[in-house]
Amino acid sequence: MQGLSVRFGNREILCGMTASLRGRSIGLLGPNGAGKSTLINTLLGFYKSSAGSARVFGYDVGTEIRKIRGLVGYMPENDAFISKMSAVSFVQMMGELSGLPSEMALERAHEALFYVGLAEARYRPLGTYSLGMKQLAKLAQAIVHGPKLLILDEPTNGLDPSARQRMIRMIKDIRDGKEMRIVLCSHLLRDVEDTCDEVLILKQGRIAHYSNLDEERRANKRFLELETYGANGDFTEAIEKLGCECAVTANRMKMILADGVETRDIYRLAAERQVRIRRMNFRRDTLEDIFLKAMES
Amino acid sequence: MAVYRRNYKPYSGGLTATWSRWFVLFRYSRRNLFRSKFLTALFVICFFWPLICLCMIYLAHSASFLQQLGLPTGVLSIDNKFFYTFMWVQGVLAFLLTAFTGPGLISPDLANGALPLYFCRPFSRVEYVLGKSSVLAILLSQITWVPGLVLFIMQASLAGPSWAWSNLWIAGSLVISSLIWIAILSLLAMALSAWVKWRIVAGALLLGVMFFGGGFALAINGVMRTESGHFFDIFYLMKTVWNAMFQVDADHAIPVAQAWIALLVYCTICLGLLMRKVRAYEVIK
Repeated sequence: MQGLSVRFGNREILCGMTASLRGRSIGLLGPNGAGKSTLINTLLGFYKSSAGSARVFGYDVGTEIRKIRGLVGYMPENDAFISKMSAVSFVQMMGELSGLPSEMALERAHEALFYVGLAEARYRPLGTYSLGMKQLAKLAQAIVHGPKLLILDEPTNGLDPSARQRMIRMIKDIRDGKEMRIVLCSHLLRDVEDTCDEVLILKQGRIAHYSNLDEERRANKRFLELETYGANGDFTEAIEKLGCECAVTANRMKMILADGVETRDIYRLAAERQVRIRRMNFRRDTLEDIFLKAMES
Repeated sequence: MAVYRRNYKPYSGGLTATWSRWFVLFRYSRRNLFRSKFLTALFVICFFWPLICLCMIYLAHSASFLQQLGLPTGVLSIDNKFFYTFMWVQGVLAFLLTAFTGPGLISPDLANGALPLYFCRPFSRVEYVLGKSSVLAILLSQITWVPGLVLFIMQASLAGPSWAWSNLWIAGSLVISSLIWIAILSLLAMALSAWVKWRIVAGALLLGVMFFGGGFALAINGVMRTESGHFFDIFYLMKTVWNAMFQVDADHAIPVAQAWIALLVYCTICLGLLMRKVRAYEVIK
């Protein structure tokens, strides 16, 4: 994206977004109205950009949208189905509209419905499906033509915990299969944390933060919490001499480990001073921390 | 059917031609249409009048059979008025068929939010409208100009080449008058169903536009003491055009050229309304 802006009337929804997203599975995060769905819809060519440009797999969104749409599978946020059609006919038709020959589309429709777990219900009209089943049918139509990029807009919306788990497991499975890249748009941090490698946080139509979650986690690995027995000022002083920052409350210590200092050094110091370590935790920054920091920035 | 793998695999086979994708929509929509027994019955009923006309043409050329029935030989005259009457009956049936089938084509997609699923694929809005309107266009063609041409060919083969050559314009009138009627019915039905999103209401609205349009036109004419009210009556406009095309003598309150222009304006408005609604997502400003 290069200075991508989208304007509806006088209101600017996306404001000059510039980023290069290269991860295998990217989470789009942001509060309601941040522009997540608008960004997806713009990348799919549903909305015209008012300024700037965007490319998907090297194809320009403004001029080569047909090529982009051929490579993308999209699962929309809201209900999207044809109520009187059976799931297999629906997914087959969507496959054919993507360019699959009729027989191949039928075969892949069956496969996609088996894959998402709707095998037993595939001949039932979509109008009779539960919300969870409709979500799965939407996922099946999004993958039937074998896209290179799967865009999922709030895939766990309205799902009960077990259906949510199933959906997350499926998204992880697709991600680990490495056949498709995933863009997952959600306001549920847990969903993004569970399934994405990278996260793009939007705030008021702007990019507030873009990072690799694994790198973030690695960077925050050096945040340590200790619960000790028998610790005194000598132990704290020894730790500080290693270059670590310490904060002590009763028998608990929080510290940021200095470069080159490992947990075994802490164990060694504790052993030398006969301090018993009852609990040691690496407290990592969760996605929630990253998100809140981005929102505060 | 084979047992299907439960793991995902990418697709690497060939793709169908891009230009032919609208035909997929046509195929599925038409299949859904004929699931209704009522519509199938109505479609069959639409062929009764052409069959009667076919018999009348046969009788008109069977002087001995007419004599046996005790009828004079010139009682059945196959001319422009015959085809004009045929067109009227089939036109009304086409309207009824449209009122029952047209609204069901687009409104379910809009009501269930299916449009983003169509347009996130290499499939445009124009192709969508083409696919859906072709269902109506082909359905209505099957009961209007196609049987009309069959009747014309039947009459031409029985009456001889001289009749065929001198009345060839009737064949052209059959096709053109049918096509303009099909266009206006299809676009109106789809535009109404796109805006209302509820199939039954859209059907009722189509009947309302057609029938109350006539009443509204008369009311305007009466109150304003003018003839301009007829521009709101699509049936009247169509009748004016058909009268001119089939060279049937009739008094017209509005000139034929203006009736043509009014019908084209109606088509353009319907197309505009349709394209405004047929979008993946509507932007509310």
